[in-house]
Amino acid sequence: MGKATRAAFGETLARIGAQHPRVVVLDADLASSVQTKKFADAYPERFFQIGIAEGNMVGVAAGMALCGLTPFIASFACFVTGRFEQIRMSVGYNNANVRIVGTHSGIGIGEDGYSQMGLEDLALMRSLPNMVVLQPADAIEAEKATEFLADYNGGPAYLRLTRQNVADLNGDGYRFEFGKGVELREGNDLAIVASGACVGEAMAAAELLSKRGLSVAVVNIHTIKPIDSDLLHRLASRCRRILTVEDHGIVGGLGSAVVEALSECREVVVRVHGVRGYGESGTGVELFAKHGLDADGIARVAAEFIARDSDRHGV
Amino acid sequence: MIHAAGSGHPGGSLSAAELVACLYFRVLRYTVGRPDDPSRDRFLISKGHGVPVVYAALARAGCIPVDELKSLRRIDSRLQGHPDHVRLPYVEAATGSLGQGLSVALGMALAERLDVKHDYRTYCLLGDGELQAGQVWEAAMAAGKFKTSRLTAIVDYNKVQLDGHVRAIMDLEPLADKFAAFGWHVEQIDGHCVESVLTALEAVTAQSEKPSVIIAHTVKGKGVSFMEDTHAWHGKAPTTEELERAIAELEAD
Ligand SMILES: Cc1ncc(C[n+]2csc(CCOP(=O)(O)OP(=O)(O)O)c2C)c(N)n1
Repeated sequence: MGKATRAAFGETLARIGAQHPRVVVLDADLASSVQTKKFADAYPERFFQIGIAEGNMVGVAAGMALCGLTPFIASFACFVTGRFEQIRMSVGYNNANVRIVGTHSGIGIGEDGYSQMGLEDLALMRSLPNMVVLQPADAIEAEKATEFLADYNGGPAYLRLTRQNVADLNGDGYRFEFGKGVELREGNDLAIVASGACVGEAMAAAELLSKRGLSVAVVNIHTIKPIDSDLLHRLASRCRRILTVEDHGIVGGLGSAVVEALSECREVVVRVHGVRGYGESGTGVELFAKHGLDADGIARVAAEFIARDSDRHGV
Repeated sequence: MIHAAGSGHPGGSLSAAELVACLYFRVLRYTVGRPDDPSRDRFLISKGHGVPVVYAALARAGCIPVDELKSLRRIDSRLQGHPDHVRLPYVEAATGSLGQGLSVALGMALAERLDVKHDYRTYCLLGDGELQAGQVWEAAMAAGKFKTSRLTAIVDYNKVQLDGHVRAIMDLEPLADKFAAFGWHVEQIDGHCVESVLTALEAVTAQSEKPSVIIAHTVKGKGVSFMEDTHAWHGKAPTTEELERAIAELEAD
């Protein structure tokens, strides 16, 4: 198992701080959890402890961005994006270069339960017209995404990270291409389009399915907005079936983004798979199994989907 | 302007007229034609609905054409009903959802400290009803902690908000004590007395440890007898006949 994307983010931020004098970091009493502590220790004059006042943190960051800085504000995904009205008004509408970082996304966080789980954050952040939304699938991708966001100057962005460790999927020479999906595995019967912690599980599911004679593609969407519409259309024509998989509620996240991108496409059937209902306590592994987001669960949903769709076509 | 638009907020624009005029014509350092000058002073109107008084000042200062004031709230206008920073960079930040501006102003004041090349001051005008929002006090607590002495908040304490009198809705008193307890230097003045406003704006520049708040006692709808001290004129445009009476009263003043 590799490491958590939040850890890679924190290390990268501390590493690139020296070359990025405009980068500042704001904290709402979670620096050790969201891993901005390393940056705080290295650059205390550019670290601002705001206290447990996330709405104020959003506004302060907006003011800093309007004066030319690039603030990273990090908290649990639910807490920071929960200050939606501040984000919409002070960050979005001003097109301010604020980097909103939500860690502890999804049911993968485990024992803490629903109150600490980001399960609506993608829906909220995607809804703002100029908000870029990134969700890396492994540590190296988190590192590259962080570097990208430190340089990006086009307006607000949201970075969604995991608490738990995730498998390494990309090699050392990995090149992060903003806005481009990554086809990690080719296949023709079905394309699994996944993001974040679910990509590794989707890869393992594709392996299980191949043993049953099914040829399944796996695509990693690290840039949820703007989404790689061209790639999705190519997958639609080639595979005719797309299963989206994410550790987020089924409304407004990756699945919705894929369906929106393919809304005029007649060639494909899309099934959206994610978290239904509120989260709960348990280990992250148990919860992934319960919600069908582990390799077995994804393989089961995929097989059902293919079988039902084949029946419909009388294949 | 508001009459031409057919809608808007005259009461809270009139109460802040002297405050905004003193800032734009005596205090703020800025260059007409250069809204992006990094060393300009920053002024944010956190009570975004009061932006017509700011548009009027910007027009008088030559930042926007006087003729453009008629476009307030019209389709494709830069003069949106509430400030839009992207369309009109002269307004430092979008506001209109009350309670957020002081946080943004604090961010600007903190950015100034990191900026080795430019010195500027940051001013933020707040409504009194707006002070009921919790985020204002989050920002106040943080400004006290960070000792942003180059940040000045100005409260347009006109005693009236949308539904009625502030006292009846959610009293703010003792307001000066509250700010003082959060680590602020407090000035209390008559917000319609130009001399007092200028004296207070000068006095706050002597602070080197604390952010300052100027609690400006004002009258909502000031200068127009039928608009004064009532929430009835918080958010409606005058008819042509009412406009004529209002202008006659203001000119006689
Ligand atoms: C968060 C939020 N809630 C409600 C409103 C609607 N609103 C607009 S103005 C206003 C009253 C503001 O009163 P005050 O701050 O005293 O302003 P002034 O009297 O100076 O106009 C209200 C409730 C708003 N703009 N933002």
